[in-house]
Amino acid sequence: MKILNNLAKTKFWQSVFRTKLPLSTNLDRSLVIFNSLTLHIHPVKVRLRAIKFSYTFYLGMISFFLFFVLIVTGVLLMLYYQPAIPHAYRNMKDLEYVVSNGSFLRNMHRWSAHLMVISVFLHMLRVFYKGAYKPPREFNWIIGIVLLVSTLLLSYTGYLLPYDQLSYWAVTVGTNIVQYIPVAGKEIRFLLLGGNEIGEYTLVRFYVLHCVVLPLVMILLIAFHFWRIRKDGGLL
Amino acid sequence: MTNEKQFEIEISTDSKEVPQRLAIIPERTPVKYELEKPDEKLVMTFPNLIIREVICFQLVVIVLALISLFFDAPLEELANLQNTPNPAKAPWYFLGLQELLHIFPPVVAGVLIPLLVLIALIVIPYFDINIKRSGLWNDQPKKTFVIFSSSIFLFFLLMIFFDAFSIAIPTLLIYILAVSPYFIKKENVFINALAHLSLAEWIMTWFVFVSVLLIIIGTYFRGPGWNWVWP
Ligand code: HEM
Repeated sequence: MKILNNLAKTKFWQSVFRTKLPLSTNLDRSLVIFNSLTLHIHPVKVRLRAIKFSYTFYLGMISFFLFFVLIVTGVLLMLYYQPAIPHAYRNMKDLEYVVSNGSFLRNMHRWSAHLMVISVFLHMLRVFYKGAYKPPREFNWIIGIVLLVSTLLLSYTGYLLPYDQLSYWAVTVGTNIVQYIPVAGKEIRFLLLGGNEIGEYTLVRFYVLHCVVLPLVMILLIAFHFWRIRKDGGLL
Repeated sequence: MTNEKQFEIEISTDSKEVPQRLAIIPERTPVKYELEKPDEKLVMTFPNLIIREVICFQLVVIVLALISLFFDAPLEELANLQNTPNPAKAPWYFLGLQELLHIFPPVVAGVLIPLLVLIALIVIPYFDINIKRSGLWNDQPKKTFVIFSSSIFLFFLLMIFFDAFSIAIPTLLIYILAVSPYFIKKENVFINALAHLSLAEWIMTWFVFVSVLLIIIGTYFRGPGWNWVWP
């Protein structure tokens, strides 16, 4: 504690964190939020009831943290992954047998992804049953729906990447549905697969969607989602 | 009342002489959203909320780490086009959809239904009925009963026609729950809770119930040729 206090008195610390320690007044506590880029998405004061676990079950928060874990583990996995056949599959084997903690890394990514689908869905249900979609929150509800769909698509595009039997046939089942879209079904499927069958180009396309496009969309939408919560007057 | 004011309507083209006012009185009061609750107790975000977020994050990471230590992500053999597994299954969250695909023609199951679900979700906040959310039996119970029952009945027949028992039966169950406050006039906690639910809530409950059921069926009860098997 003493070291921390001394550290907080150094010029360097004060150049990074504007807030003076120790915190003693509510003004200081407000400034913690105010002066921080990441924290200032919060208001300085919140309703006591709205931050209780029983109010939201923290499901939105949990979805966000799962997403965060997914980004971190995902970036680490990218270091070991090549979107090519059969490299992709061998990379999975390497993660299992060669890379230190490779299995752990992959497990973390996999299970967070599954849990995120569940938590986002439950979050939607909580918002629904609470009636928190009512005006003025109606547009944030729609953003939420887009987030839900993006979550599903992220999970689904990631499913192909190990390129094992499980991925291959699961994606076959899914992309076969696409061809039943009226008028342009076959073309959309071709666009998605980069050919008539799942192959090298499908892997690259899904890889780009999974590692670049969809996460970007997701980050922007989540930022917007949070901003809207503030603008709509906090939690219902 | 003798001191009732007498109003007269003057008509003039000179708006300065005779100002005109237009008042529009809506037939029903518009649906208002809940106003701010200024009397509620406020606390400082730091540390009250921040500490909760930090603990929540830690718990998420700990739980994930534990799961990841004990359960390995599946990895089968290298993809092989010559070797089609029977059945080939989508990831679990799409198994409901795959189950629908087994029941209905592909355009209906794969395109129409998902599209309708998406549209239904999006329009929820834009209907007054979903904003008021009064209990299903609150006004005009008789009329509600007739319309509700006949729509469910038609839907039920349609499902039977497609042999979609996995949808028809849960629909019937939800229907029985939904109409029970109409028949059972006795007051108890359970019936009161049911009577409180609005149409929107019934539909969502039904949707979630059927989806979960279809996913469970798809995951555990479907074997080769998508035939029914016991787990
Ligand atoms: C990646 C997905 C999502 C993330 C990270 C996320 C995050 C959050 C967070 C952190 C909150 C604050 C309250 C809480 O923790 O529960 C929130 C509130 C909210 N979310 Fe989400 N959300 C996501 C998806 C959704 C979905 C799918 C919907 C609905 C379709 C939705 C609609 C809303 C609404 C309307 C609120 C305001 C609730 C209120 O005012 O009480 N969100 N979201």
